[in-house]
Amino acid sequence: MMDALGPAEWAAIWLSLRVAIAATICALPVAIAIAYLLARKEFPGRQFLNGLVHLPLVMPPVVTGYLLLVVFGRQGAVGAFLYDVFGITLAFRWTGAALAAAIMAFPLMVRAIRLAIEAVDPGLEDAAATLGASRWRIFGTLTLPLIAPGVLAGAVLGFAKALGEFGATITFVAAIPGQTQTIPSAIYGLLQVPGEEPAVLGLVIVSIILAMGALLLSEWLGRVMARRVGR
Amino acid sequence: MLQVAIQKSLGDFQLDVSFDAPSGVTAIFGRSGSGKTSLVNAVAGLLHPDAGRIALGDQVLFDDGAGIHRAPQQRRVGYVFQDARLFPHMSVERNLRYGGDHDADRVIDVLGLGDLLTRRPAGLSGGEKQRVALGRALMSDPQILLLDEPLAALDAPRKAEIMPYIERLRDDVQVPMLYVSHDVSEVARLATTLVILDAGSVVAAGPVGEVLSRPAAVPLLGVRDAGAVIVTKVAGRLLDDGLTELVFSGGRIMLPGILGVLGQTVRLRIPAQDVILARTVPEGISALNVLPVTITALEQGRGPGVAVGLKAGDDALLARVTRRSAQRMELAVGQQVFAIIKATAVGPEDVG
Repeated sequence: MMDALGPAEWAAIWLSLRVAIAATICALPVAIAIAYLLARKEFPGRQFLNGLVHLPLVMPPVVTGYLLLVVFGRQGAVGAFLYDVFGITLAFRWTGAALAAAIMAFPLMVRAIRLAIEAVDPGLEDAAATLGASRWRIFGTLTLPLIAPGVLAGAVLGFAKALGEFGATITFVAAIPGQTQTIPSAIYGLLQVPGEEPAVLGLVIVSIILAMGALLLSEWLGRVMARRVGR
Repeated sequence: MLQVAIQKSLGDFQLDVSFDAPSGVTAIFGRSGSGKTSLVNAVAGLLHPDAGRIALGDQVLFDDGAGIHRAPQQRRVGYVFQDARLFPHMSVERNLRYGGDHDADRVIDVLGLGDLLTRRPAGLSGGEKQRVALGRALMSDPQILLLDEPLAALDAPRKAEIMPYIERLRDDVQVPMLYVSHDVSEVARLATTLVILDAGSVVAAGPVGEVLSRPAAVPLLGVRDAGAVIVTKVAGRLLDDGLTELVFSGGRIMLPGILGVLGQTVRLRIPAQDVILARTVPEGISALNVLPVTITALEQGRGPGVAVGLKAGDDALLARVTRRSAQRMELAVGQQVFAIIKATAVGPEDVG
């Protein structure tokens, strides 16, 4: 079965993993911060921020990809700045694929983490404050450990979304083999060519294995954490 | 000494309170919704008043005129919440040491926490949780202890388990306490000063014995719960009868049970509805305790009852009779009458 996977397919698999892991790791701290703001703080523009975060979830992915191209392309406002100052190019690079995956996964991560934060009794944070703990100590010793299972769930959801992201990615960074061709764009490409069904089947099976693996891992980690948190 | 004078609008509710809490236990008493918890939260810094001033000794915690609003972290209050609020993912020991380890060995010993240290909060009983919460607050070396109905969520046996610990704190640890409660017997047993809140305002404040014996306090406390508190000394025991003889400025009272050793001070709450008034010394009745008293006040409520303020020696007592009896007996301020207290009317929860 796995013989059906040639070097191009294996490259797509490794690239997909790299993109999804990078996207998840980079988006997670930002998602925690935004989820905390949305769950616990009242500030002007809160609803606007909430809408902005959810935009990639409700917009056609192609539109997100196009906007990324406009903003982060070599000629785009941010893209030109990144290139001129740091020499970084995102468009048509694997880093661009990671950015697209992160943006698409972001709303799912924020939603899961926000639910977890809202489930933590603010009274516990008040109690810690009267005991003299600073805001950062309260976050690090109380809030973060208590929401850890939710953060994990958000990360797994985000990882799965990043692994499967197609529309925004192919629009923003195309599907250059070995550079930006992830599993979904490789499957799509192979389907355009007659006689490639074995390779397609191989990639489909690998996709399922990765998704199931992530799910089982998170279930197990979630149980371990829940026990540690004493819930 | 804690000085509080604050205003705060909370929706339709107006909190406007002003009182001083000297050292010792100051009870904040009131019905639910009277603003007790909001008041304590303002002292802790968890609620930001609209105006006013809060000072603890010579430290200003809040003063809107001077633009001072210290964060809870900087107030050094030990807050024991009604629902304990232990951190669920930490052991009892980590909970206790979260705010510091001031006097750790003694606190753990006084509160009997030694056997609980490795346990998780989820496995503790309600009474154990409150003991841990109390210990955690004490170990943060607070300048004042805030106790927000720490016993309200507990059943009677658990209450009886915690009460002695709080009494020991009052007597041994010289930390002033604000004690929120809606239980008169708890207040009578623990407090030195009493502040009664109603609909966001202070309606009575002063030494606990004095406030509880005010006839005007009867409707605030509830007619069933009103009653004066007197401080007595054990004068002797009548072993054959199983009674203890107590003396106070107004005379002597005999109560069933062994209430202490000779010379020991005993606080006694005498429920107003268990005091009967007579114009002459009654004869041929079963009640053991008959005290000569002077009527100091008559307060008519909305119901059929009349609260009668009494002076017995230097102490104040409170009786509650029907309006009909008051009229028939022609009770009047300054009149000399006799107060009859049934020995079994004073329950064990009223003795402390």
